[in-house]
Amino acid sequence: MSEADHEIEPALSEVDADEDEDEARRGAAAWTYLAPLITFILIIGAWYFISYVRMDAVRRRTALPAPHTVFEDGLLVWEDRKGLKPILEALLVTSRVALIGLGISIAIGVILAIVMNTAKWAERSIFPYAVIIQVTPILALVPLIRNWYGFGIPARVVVCVLIAIFPVITNTLFGLQSAKEGHHDLFTLHHASWLTRLWRLEMPGAMPAFLTGMRIAAGGSVIGAVVGDFFFRQGEIGLGRLIDNYQKDTRIPELFTATIVACLFGIAIFLIVGWISNRTLKHWHESARNYT
Amino acid sequence: MTFPDGTEALDGISFSVSMGEFVTIVGPSGCGKSTLLRIASGLLEPTSGRVEADRERIGYVFQDATLLDWRNVQNNVELLPQLHGFPKAERKRLASEAIELVGLTGFERHYPKSLSGGMKMRVSLARTLTLAPPLFLFDEPFAAVDEITRQRLNEETQALFQREGFAGLFITHSISEAVFMSTRVMVMSARPGRILSEYAVPFGYPRQADLRFDARFGELCGEVSVALEGAHASEASHE
Repeated sequence: MSEADHEIEPALSEVDADEDEDEARRGAAAWTYLAPLITFILIIGAWYFISYVRMDAVRRRTALPAPHTVFEDGLLVWEDRKGLKPILEALLVTSRVALIGLGISIAIGVILAIVMNTAKWAERSIFPYAVIIQVTPILALVPLIRNWYGFGIPARVVVCVLIAIFPVITNTLFGLQSAKEGHHDLFTLHHASWLTRLWRLEMPGAMPAFLTGMRIAAGGSVIGAVVGDFFFRQGEIGLGRLIDNYQKDTRIPELFTATIVACLFGIAIFLIVGWISNRTLKHWHESARNYT
Repeated sequence: MTFPDGTEALDGISFSVSMGEFVTIVGPSGCGKSTLLRIASGLLEPTSGRVEADRERIGYVFQDATLLDWRNVQNNVELLPQLHGFPKAERKRLASEAIELVGLTGFERHYPKSLSGGMKMRVSLARTLTLAPPLFLFDEPFAAVDEITRQRLNEETQALFQREGFAGLFITHSISEAVFMSTRVMVMSARPGRILSEYAVPFGYPRQADLRFDARFGELCGEVSVALEGAHASEASHE
């Protein structure tokens, strides 16, 4: 072998190693998608089994229609008041309620967290009431909300806020208080005002925790919007009310479709907020990434 | 200095540090060295006595690098000029100069998470340098880095001191670090902290790394070491 061959050889083996690694990584990535897909197929199989083997024709229609029936009568039909169309219209109503509720929760929650962060006495005076809002069952508040906000969209938004605001308050407050003593000393030494300290130190430092809170709140506001539909039925029809109607009218394939759409909507919100936090925090320390 | 819980941290300490002087205080753990520095900086009010210092643009290097995780090196170094309201262009220029001084040119866009402990400390030094502070306080800044990095940072700090001519007050546990950088070394006793003895360091600047192998360097370290042992002994007799 010439000298040149000796030089080339290790280079080649390195390339091989890289390819092996790539392959292993691709394999792992494929498995990430394959595993849940297999679970999905198993569930559909079990669904068919129960629907056709364990049930008679009547119960198949009223309790558990086969997957392809759900698909044909629910997803593929596009008519006024039938099939997918009213479901997507209801989704639009519900998502608007959820987003408005989330927006209000973030605005009020962040302001309350900032107020609580400025003084210990403010935290002591406000925090117990935030906890009370969190632990009171929504059901118990329904009559009051009805009295104050009526039966329409505003009442549904209020339900969203009641569910979503607590994680915003607690996580933001925790984030604002996470600035280290050394950082505060640094800002004190250089005569930073209250506002500068908040804007340059505490708020950016609170971002990871705030985004965690926002992720929880986003999920909560979707739940709140659907739950609100059940109680406050005036005005535009939301997903919750539609699901309730379909159950009463035994329109089971459409009931399944609406439920699946509600579920996909929750997943979509979760993924969007997760994407926003990952983008915001991509440069941060490991400790920050652990929050997400 | 006496804390509200009755702990007497410092007692009867009086000294001054002039421009162009680098004074290091060594002492046993918990002798109140850090308290002394916090009082000097104005972070703590003394219960008695007084401090005269130019604190408008004070330089304070903390034990921890205290970088802001969400800012890259450039923006971290620009923080202090920003807090003091310097215009943007001025801020940029000061930061670039300081980054060059600590040898981090090329790392401006890096975030703290991707820097080693020693590099973080350099960023922290650069941040302090931007204001060209007349008084530079160091609170055991190199305690957490490995020995070789520490020696290199000592050499760089000493070079910065020679270049900038600030008044330096440095606190450490390490005797060789103290002797290597300082014009004067003071040994503090255990709580309540008092200045036990003082040593003038006769070596000129710039100091080279191999000064550490000089016989006179070793001798001086030995003297300080004996005094420090005495300080520990006084702590033992207190208990």
